[in-house]
Amino acid sequence: MNEKTKNRVVITGMGIVCPLGNDVPTMWDNILNCRSGMNTTTIFDASTYPTKFCAEVKNYDITKFTKNPDLHKEGNRHSKFVVGAVAQACKQAKIDVETENPKDGIDRRKIGVYLGAGEGSVDNENFFNAIVQGWDETSEKMDWNKWAAVAFGKMQPSRELEQEPNMPAAHVSMLTGARGPIRSCLTACAASTQAIGETFKILQSGRADVMIAGGAHSMIHPLGIMGFNRLTALSTRNDSPETASRPFTASRDGFVIGEGAAIVILETLESAKKRGVEILAEVLGYGSSSDAFRVTDMHEEARGAVAAMKAALKDAKLSYKDIDYVSTHGTSTSENDSIETLAIKTVFKEEAKNTPVSSIKSMMGHLIGAAGATELITCILAIRDNVLPPTTNLNDPDPNLDLDYVPNKPRKADVNIVMKESFGFGGQNNVVIIRRYHD
Amino acid sequence: MTARMPVITGLGAVTPLGLSFHDLWSALCQGKCGIDRITAFDPAGFTCQIAGQAPEFKIRDYVPKTIRKTTKLMSRDIELAIVAANEAFKDAGLKTKAFDEQDITINPERTAIILGAGLISCDLVELAPSVAKGAVDGKFDIRKWGTDSIETVTPLWLLKYLPNMLACHVGIIHDIQGPSNTITCAEAAGHLAIGEAAQIIARGDADMALAGGGEAKVNAIVHLRQCLNKRATVDYNDKPAQACRPFDSGAKGSVFGEAAACVILESTENAKNRGAKIYAQIAGLGQSCSINAKYESLEPDGKGVQYAIEAALADAGIKPEQLDLIIPHGTGIFTDDIAEAKGIRQALGDAADSIPVFPTKSMTSNTGAAAGAVDIIAACCAIKDGIIPAAKNCENINKECKLNIAKEQIKKNINYVLCTSYTYGGQTAAIVLKKYE
Repeated sequence: MNEKTKNRVVITGMGIVCPLGNDVPTMWDNILNCRSGMNTTTIFDASTYPTKFCAEVKNYDITKFTKNPDLHKEGNRHSKFVVGAVAQACKQAKIDVETENPKDGIDRRKIGVYLGAGEGSVDNENFFNAIVQGWDETSEKMDWNKWAAVAFGKMQPSRELEQEPNMPAAHVSMLTGARGPIRSCLTACAASTQAIGETFKILQSGRADVMIAGGAHSMIHPLGIMGFNRLTALSTRNDSPETASRPFTASRDGFVIGEGAAIVILETLESAKKRGVEILAEVLGYGSSSDAFRVTDMHEEARGAVAAMKAALKDAKLSYKDIDYVSTHGTSTSENDSIETLAIKTVFKEEAKNTPVSSIKSMMGHLIGAAGATELITCILAIRDNVLPPTTNLNDPDPNLDLDYVPNKPRKADVNIVMKESFGFGGQNNVVIIRRYHD
Repeated sequence: MTARMPVITGLGAVTPLGLSFHDLWSALCQGKCGIDRITAFDPAGFTCQIAGQAPEFKIRDYVPKTIRKTTKLMSRDIELAIVAANEAFKDAGLKTKAFDEQDITINPERTAIILGAGLISCDLVELAPSVAKGAVDGKFDIRKWGTDSIETVTPLWLLKYLPNMLACHVGIIHDIQGPSNTITCAEAAGHLAIGEAAQIIARGDADMALAGGGEAKVNAIVHLRQCLNKRATVDYNDKPAQACRPFDSGAKGSVFGEAAACVILESTENAKNRGAKIYAQIAGLGQSCSINAKYESLEPDGKGVQYAIEAALADAGIKPEQLDLIIPHGTGIFTDDIAEAKGIRQALGDAADSIPVFPTKSMTSNTGAAAGAVDIIAACCAIKDGIIPAAKNCENINKECKLNIAKEQIKKNINYVLCTSYTYGGQTAAIVLKKYE
């Protein structure tokens, strides 16, 4: 095994389907205008749930992005979203998709895919009704024959298979013909940052020339929202969905769940130069760690988060002093925002208060597996436009949280080097560092 | 470079063939079968009524006293992973926090954990009382469920079913603080997790890693999925030991099961410095993708398998004829076996005439995200003992599978082993192991 070559790795394409728009310019315009992507839940009837709102993808039309929508028709919401995000990113990076004979000069065996992708929703109506029919309340036992009669009678083969978390990646390879390293990971809220980080390493080592990396997830379904509600992780500010995600405030009461897909094209510098495509940014460093503490809580001293941030800085051969902006995990949960602030203070020391940090989850919501990639795209745009995306709804700062959270409006700044951090439920932490590209 | 070459120094497995990797290997050598009628639930109403179930164990025996309460948060998939991980550390002669807090021989910050996991499907019996309460006139009503019964679900319910929780629990038990990932590539996940861990060690981001996979497929809804998609055989319910027939002309589908398998990977330097026994080196990793609009089947020409094998051989720097053994994915699904055999053939050329092929799933069953890791363990044991066991349930080799299936046990020096896997979504992996000299 040879992992020694250290190619430079750059970003040459972006694509997004998210609660703030189904393309990158729309999403960025909404962020810079501090608009909210939240809405009353429409995907299923959540009217009696503790949380009745979320951040849904709206008006998504897959036919705008593929000639073969039928290939993806059985896919889950996020498998469909990822098709749109990949099509956009490939277009920008000048990678031919859906053509028999691609003319982009890239060997398909050198195009890889790495997604942080979620599981699909169960087939709700049939899933629940099979249980109702099968459950015997008197004996408190499941009659598996009754259950199987409903399940075999009603459930659809492809609908069931599509729930597996490897399926979004399957849709991507069908769309693009990618035949290189294909992987899919699911480290909860850190998944797509991890996917991008590992992609960076795969390209550094020369195992691929171009990779399609990012995330796709939708947990806006009856079991997903039930699960997060039971964990009391979601905001229940039902009277004001637009202001419910309020990271770093004293009144924060949980995250707002979103859905979507976000994709970046990573490429070796050599390949990007050879193909003459525009370079949007360079990837410099990646760090991954685990808390090894509790499945229910982050480590009190932010041990894992700090380790991942330090590992990314070391990998990038940078000091904390070099970072111009931190795109936080910033979920708007009591625990995350406190511990993340502590982590930043631990790593950035005397520079902590001088380093702007923000959470676009205040507008976007939390796209779980797709969150990190979504936020990384805003980091690329921050560098391009020299502007910092804000943390909105920050009207009552938590007195214990005293960093520069770029409150309530975007800010002009020189943005050259950016750190993106993501922390997964259970303690899996991932950090990626990118920089403005120059030779 | 050699100093960072990843080597395997510990094995652990819980499979339908036993609660240890020794049980697994001796059963494979004796041609025992771990497939039987399902007992986890009454399978009478299912088209396929057989599966590979692991022997009973008590998870409390594998979790340190201080955190034993966490066993309540463990789905079956997590439990299996914990059992396999414990054995792997012990087999490697390593002491972790799990065994003695005062005497630890791993460096937590330089240890990674990369596990393959599947879609963890919920325990329907656990959820049923709450769901039943949400019914009106025998039909589920989501408004009633929201009002009356969501709150009867145990608060930490979701944590049992997040795929990353295998790695989180195992990481907590053994105090593993380095890079951590959960690869969710279905039946290729075990290989890809081991491959990623090997890359992490080779590039220097960790000195040691626990890697492998675990999945409990003997769950009513998971089993249903395979039945609905006609991947599970329906013809052998009364002959479970003969049901899974990779590359055989009587193959009628796969048989699914539960397992977890883990290996300890280390840099060669790290292993040598502590005087560890070394099973094998990870010499090459190859990946590709099968592209088929009917993605529940492998593309008929096996191109993805071919590309992955070619990449793995190139990575290992060897020629096909240097291979001594192939452990294929071999599920017993007729068309997939033919496609895989074609892919292997295309990658290896005429060398495939003579390289013995040993499929394991006829005995272990198809254990999803664990399957690749189970095969890596079989490969390590084969290298160590110089034994290629006889294939089971492959009396009449499918004529379209032009492979040299091991009909009898073979004793020989094994230097290089190729393992392959693929998923119905197309992800394909190939790993080359090399005997350590």
